[in-house]
Amino acid sequence: MSTITRGSPGESMLLQGNEAIARGALEAGVQVAAGYPGTPSSEIVESLARAAEERKLYVEWSANEKVALEVAAAASFSELRSLAAMKQVGVNVAADFLLHLAQYGTRGGMVLVSCEDPGALSSTNEGDSRQYARMMEFPLLEPGDFQEAKEITKWAFELSEEIHNVVMVRSVTRMSHASGKVTLGKLPKKGAKARFRYKGSLTGEMEGPVASMPNSVFVLHKRQQDKLRKAAEIFESSPFNKYTGPERPDLLIIASSVCWLYCKEALQLLGIGHRVGLLKLGTTWPLPRRLLEKHLSATDRVLVVEELLPFLEENVKVLGAELSERIGSIRFYGKRDGTLPSVSELSPDRVATALSTLLSVSVPSPPEEYHKGVQEAADAGAPPRMITFCPGCPHRASFWSIHNALAMDDRKGFVCGDIGCYSMGLYPAGFETLKTLHAMGSGTGLASGFGKLGQFGLNQPVLSVCGDSTFFHAAMPALVNAVHNQSDIIMVVLDNSGTAMTGFQPHPGLSQDAMGRTAPAIDIAAICRGMGVHVNICDPFDLDQTRSTLLQMLEHGRGVQVLVLKQMCALSPEKKSKKPYEMSLDPDICLGEACGCNRLCTRVFGCPGLVWDKKIKKARIDEVICVGCGVCASICPAGAIQKREAA
Amino acid sequence: MEKTTLPHDPYNVIITGVGGQGNVLASKVLGNILVAKGMDITIGETFGATQRGGSVMSHLRISAVSSWSPQIPRGMAHVVIALEPIEALRVLSDYGNPETLVISNDRPVYPVGVIRGEMDYPEEAALRERLKTFSRTLVLIPATDEAVKLGAPILANIILLGVLAGTGVLAFDRNHFSRVISRMMPPERVEINMKAFDVGMRMI
Repeated sequence: MSTITRGSPGESMLLQGNEAIARGALEAGVQVAAGYPGTPSSEIVESLARAAEERKLYVEWSANEKVALEVAAAASFSELRSLAAMKQVGVNVAADFLLHLAQYGTRGGMVLVSCEDPGALSSTNEGDSRQYARMMEFPLLEPGDFQEAKEITKWAFELSEEIHNVVMVRSVTRMSHASGKVTLGKLPKKGAKARFRYKGSLTGEMEGPVASMPNSVFVLHKRQQDKLRKAAEIFESSPFNKYTGPERPDLLIIASSVCWLYCKEALQLLGIGHRVGLLKLGTTWPLPRRLLEKHLSATDRVLVVEELLPFLEENVKVLGAELSERIGSIRFYGKRDGTLPSVSELSPDRVATALSTLLSVSVPSPPEEYHKGVQEAADAGAPPRMITFCPGCPHRASFWSIHNALAMDDRKGFVCGDIGCYSMGLYPAGFETLKTLHAMGSGTGLASGFGKLGQFGLNQPVLSVCGDSTFFHAAMPALVNAVHNQSDIIMVVLDNSGTAMTGFQPHPGLSQDAMGRTAPAIDIAAICRGMGVHVNICDPFDLDQTRSTLLQMLEHGRGVQVLVLKQMCALSPEKKSKKPYEMSLDPDICLGEACGCNRLCTRVFGCPGLVWDKKIKKARIDEVICVGCGVCASICPAGAIQKREAA
Repeated sequence: MEKTTLPHDPYNVIITGVGGQGNVLASKVLGNILVAKGMDITIGETFGATQRGGSVMSHLRISAVSSWSPQIPRGMAHVVIALEPIEALRVLSDYGNPETLVISNDRPVYPVGVIRGEMDYPEEAALRERLKTFSRTLVLIPATDEAVKLGAPILANIILLGVLAGTGVLAFDRNHFSRVISRMMPPERVEINMKAFDVGMRMI
């Protein structure tokens, strides 16, 4: 049974923020959900997929976020309630469709959940998708705790149906990946029947073609803005906006999302709850004007606490300017004046520090002597952990071969990277093989461009890498581009049979769909061959074959060539806890520092399962960590590392 | 539903380790035990990219009255449970205070820098001394060694929960653990987890 269908109405459960969002969608009667995996959003679609059979839903992992939003929209156009979930960067992928969707509007309740990652805990950026709500004129809701994550999602469907437009629910890592107590509500009995009523005028709301054409734009755009005004009116009395504190506070804090919890904690820590007011906003676009006027009138100092860009701060300031004659002069504090840091995530400590300065109070902390001592002890005795590939990870072996082939080729060839665990190829973990890293699919797109610079004198070999899921997501158009425009590139597909980084969600290359049903697997090599590309396939654990294949491809050099390196992720459920080889290291054969290999196995290869033993000055297998992939046996020049097939 | 009194409210527990050691599961099990005891629990964690050989941390806020921030303020940890000993020290440097109780596995997982021979992992005695200096009480136990005896090193996380139960700071026992683990694990894994919990209980 899925976690989100367990428990009865009225019962309280410990739910992850993402599970609470998914449960809210279930309680609202969602029937279709789609998404593309991305931390910290993945568990929303995953939980719904697990509940699909029991709740009679249709849930899919789409090829990318734009398609996910389109799949969810089709359900809405057919008068069903639907949800699309993605991480902040996914909203960029979906944005073109989103602009048109928000302009035309929706029929069945439709919710877009965007999970953002302040502090880039699991991202390559600190993108802020709240901007889309203002830019594309649709409502934005931000839950402030776990119960609200459920309630606000549920209510978002109702709001969407009331105004006939898509509603964005925005979460952050500290909400999505945190857990808290959630009291369950009822699950609806029966779902609606899908029907697409396409007969009618181009500007019909609940019937007629769902389309935006130049001659209908102004009608639709005006209608869209009316919807937004209606939402603002509804927000004036929303229970998701709450105020706690004195009637006339010395300072008013306006906060949204998990920052509300940070503010509550900071106020308690500093003991200043009697002086400071805390206005928590759950409806952050459009802002409820009269509610803001009431609270802004009661104070002359306002601190806006939010993560990422000063979105709320700027919007409150615009309202403040418009209301200035009635609310008087207000001194605003926030990100723009440096009261709060403008990058990274916030925390109770960061809020407390800002408040301590504004209100001249001190932040309680452990005794100075302890604080200083423990810092020194940790600096001296807790060496940092740089992230690395797991023991037995195929990417370590792949980058070993790519790196060595490029070194042997000796023409300063380089690799354009892409998004996945293999992004760590930028680090020593992947022998610093990657030289570019941007968005999903951008490795092959950039390679396509680099590969055309021969006429301007760029004579370095150009490679790109991308994972199997990334291939379907965004690398395919880049590959098409490279083939048609006759760019000279080698694309290496690091096929580890799953969307490994986010937890093994299936993708179009696998024979299973999100709900666990059998699905046609689309063959990456066949797609490439269909484009007229020559494809090689190797097992990256076979270092010799992989390197020699790459060298041949580098020598050939012309046009687009693809190498598929196929080996399942070490953490994949099929592989986990099964050792193909028992590894051993013969200390009599290992020559240690006298070898001349300069500790190739440990200093360079860097697998966590193979350690340099400082006492005996030789390498050693760590039995607890080694997963027995067997690759290190191929790299020891002395032959000290041996592999034996496991029983 | 039985109510428990807490030594402090909120009572702050950090479970730390290296990605892949079962940190998240341990926090979920403990959280569910305490929810079943009527507590209001907030757990903050990081996973994703941080999982790949990096330091990981779960923050548990245990309260009889309300939910709290998923991040514990600095210097405010009451208990640190570490699946890896230098992670205990790392967490203490941010969240410790002279009253913090530390329960730690003694088994090192070497950072890549140490594997490469670029950095030094502290000597066992020196590490023990540091942890002792910066905690009220240190319980340093061979959880991985005991887990290997049970057939799976991953069980170190459950052994440490057994130790926590043994200390009595949070008033939960074998029965509370049994009810939660039976719900969270496939039936064939329940017995071995119970054994691991018992091993931990006996180690204190």
